[in-house]
Amino acid sequence: MAILIDENTKVVVQGLSGRIGQFHAQEMIEYGTRVVAGVTPGKGGSTVLNRPVFNTVREAVEQTGAEASLLFVPPAFAADAMMEAADAGIRTAVCVTDGIPAQDMMRVKRFLRRYPRDRKMRLIGPNCAGIISPGKGFMGIMPPAIYMPGRVGIVGRSGTLGYEAASQMKALGIGISSSIGIGGDPINGSSFKDILELFENDPETDAVMMIGEIGGPQEAEAAAYARDHMTKPVGAYIAGLAAPKGRQMGHAGAIISAFGESAQEKVEILSSAGITVAPNPSAMGRTMAEVLGLKAAA
Amino acid sequence: MDIHEHQAKEILKSFGVPVPRGGLAYSPEQAAYRTRELGGNAWVVKAQIHSGGRGEVGGVKVCRSEQEVAEFARGLLGRQLVTKQTDANGKGVFRLWVEEASDIAQELYLGFVLDRKTERIMIVASGHGGMEIEDLAEEDPDSLVRSVVDPAVGLALYQARELGFRLGLEGKQVDQFSTFLRACYRAYRDLDAMMVEINPLVITGAGDLVALDAKMSFDSNALYKHPGIASLRDPSQEDPRESHAFDNGLAYVGLDGDIGCIINGAGLAMASMDMIQLAGGEPANFLDIGGGASPERVCQAFRTVLSDQNVAVILVNIFAGINRCDWIAKGVIQAYKEVGIEIPVVVRLSGTNVEEGQKIIRESGLPIISADTLEEAAERAVAARPQSAAA
Repeated sequence: MAILIDENTKVVVQGLSGRIGQFHAQEMIEYGTRVVAGVTPGKGGSTVLNRPVFNTVREAVEQTGAEASLLFVPPAFAADAMMEAADAGIRTAVCVTDGIPAQDMMRVKRFLRRYPRDRKMRLIGPNCAGIISPGKGFMGIMPPAIYMPGRVGIVGRSGTLGYEAASQMKALGIGISSSIGIGGDPINGSSFKDILELFENDPETDAVMMIGEIGGPQEAEAAAYARDHMTKPVGAYIAGLAAPKGRQMGHAGAIISAFGESAQEKVEILSSAGITVAPNPSAMGRTMAEVLGLKAAA
Repeated sequence: MDIHEHQAKEILKSFGVPVPRGGLAYSPEQAAYRTRELGGNAWVVKAQIHSGGRGEVGGVKVCRSEQEVAEFARGLLGRQLVTKQTDANGKGVFRLWVEEASDIAQELYLGFVLDRKTERIMIVASGHGGMEIEDLAEEDPDSLVRSVVDPAVGLALYQARELGFRLGLEGKQVDQFSTFLRACYRAYRDLDAMMVEINPLVITGAGDLVALDAKMSFDSNALYKHPGIASLRDPSQEDPRESHAFDNGLAYVGLDGDIGCIINGAGLAMASMDMIQLAGGEPANFLDIGGGASPERVCQAFRTVLSDQNVAVILVNIFAGINRCDWIAKGVIQAYKEVGIEIPVVVRLSGTNVEEGQKIIRESGLPIISADTLEEAAERAVAARPQSAAA
């Protein structure tokens, strides 16, 4: 069934009334995503794109049965909106917003721990392109046409590099089960490891492409997970070989500040965990073909 | 965003952290005046630049007379200080901090960071102050003690006490240290800091704790909450290319190569830099034009990249999701008209409205080099460099 979203997932859009929210919700609906409602505090009772708008996420959940939420909320209010979604019983929230203060995210992550495992919301992002299960539905800002349905999972920090990977694979006839953008912030909702776990347990995914970058410990953590717990092969690419130490490369989290955070070090960590690392960003598609071929031969 | 030492000390003092008395000086005369104002017979004059390692390159001096202070200030003001943390150009010294000399019995290290593994504020301390934390971690890792703060509760008193005891403090120093630590924590939390570093934190001859040096940097995404902090930005400490980009809302980092980059998305921008290097070139910059870029914004990106004299070729690489290739193409053509481009430009467009974009480029009659893939784009950019630069 792919992961996190399929053709049955009922989606609410927080910030549907805004220009950007409306534009992307329109694309999602055209693609077949079940967008059931919007939430904009103060605009409850109105209608956008023929969908009811509610004042609170709780009302939207109660009246439409929404399970997932996509957030187009400005940075100053995004942390609050994520907590509202979690408290209203949303299962999966995807936050596209870039520029959220890191300590706001620290508090959101602490807040999410209030809920027992079976009621805990899974947060994707912030500062991400979103999630897509090609041919089924998507939540985010990606151009859905570049994804061909298939059996390879993609997980990455960067939106545009995820597009690059999907289109390289499409050119080689390789399709995607789901593609998940976990975002470029230092504190994010779901890590590489969290998503690898979902792909490992998804019967419709055969292999995973993981697109990391400089900064932070999450690629190393994912490498250990892949080595110890995954039966499916993993390919990878790490961006930032040419990035200098101590400089932030666009993403708030893309900064080499500790040992093991440079691209070279991450490539070594991944390789020694048995992950096939693409030598350059143009070889992501070829690397995945190789990974799949190796599996067929084995 | 980084701030100066004297600003960090003033902020921390307002939260209750003990710091030496001192005053700011923009001229030798002012520096001399500060000695009279402070009194005493020894003063430390410290260059205010956004970098550590100042002491090793002559940016800090203990002086014993007003004349010595004025003389040292005269030699230092207006100079570029190159430290091991700056690039080869260094940072300009335009202000000095003159403070009373402290009587140092022992030096400690104290740092607060946002730890990405625990996703919480972490305190790192060591009984060996004065060294850089990286060197400390390498040479004496056992001296480092750590504590992680639960954001729902804040820094508990027992945590502060425990750190104090582990550093070997005794008696009233443990209480002083707890108060010191909790004041720093409140400053970190309330002002959305990313880093607070007190190195060294000294124990004076009289047994009191004082922040002898202080470094703070702030989350630029949170500056909207703290206009007072935002106003402390000092463009004189920034790469002028980066200041220009920042003022125009572009994410830009200046580098040393000669291939200027205009890319959308931080990941693709880093990947394009990698690709350039693999093709045998060196990127001149990182630049992410972001989503929904208008032709004007593309034009602005060209101006920013061309403000770097080293740029010999420009590579435009766009994989449009929320961007539109036709807008990007129009922007490139507008840049030729408005900015005046005399160096080769390589353009690779992909994604939303790619056919329209490529058509606009083709029909423009301009000497734009097109590429279809990321690999092709990087190779053509490297090949397009003038022979002199390539040699």
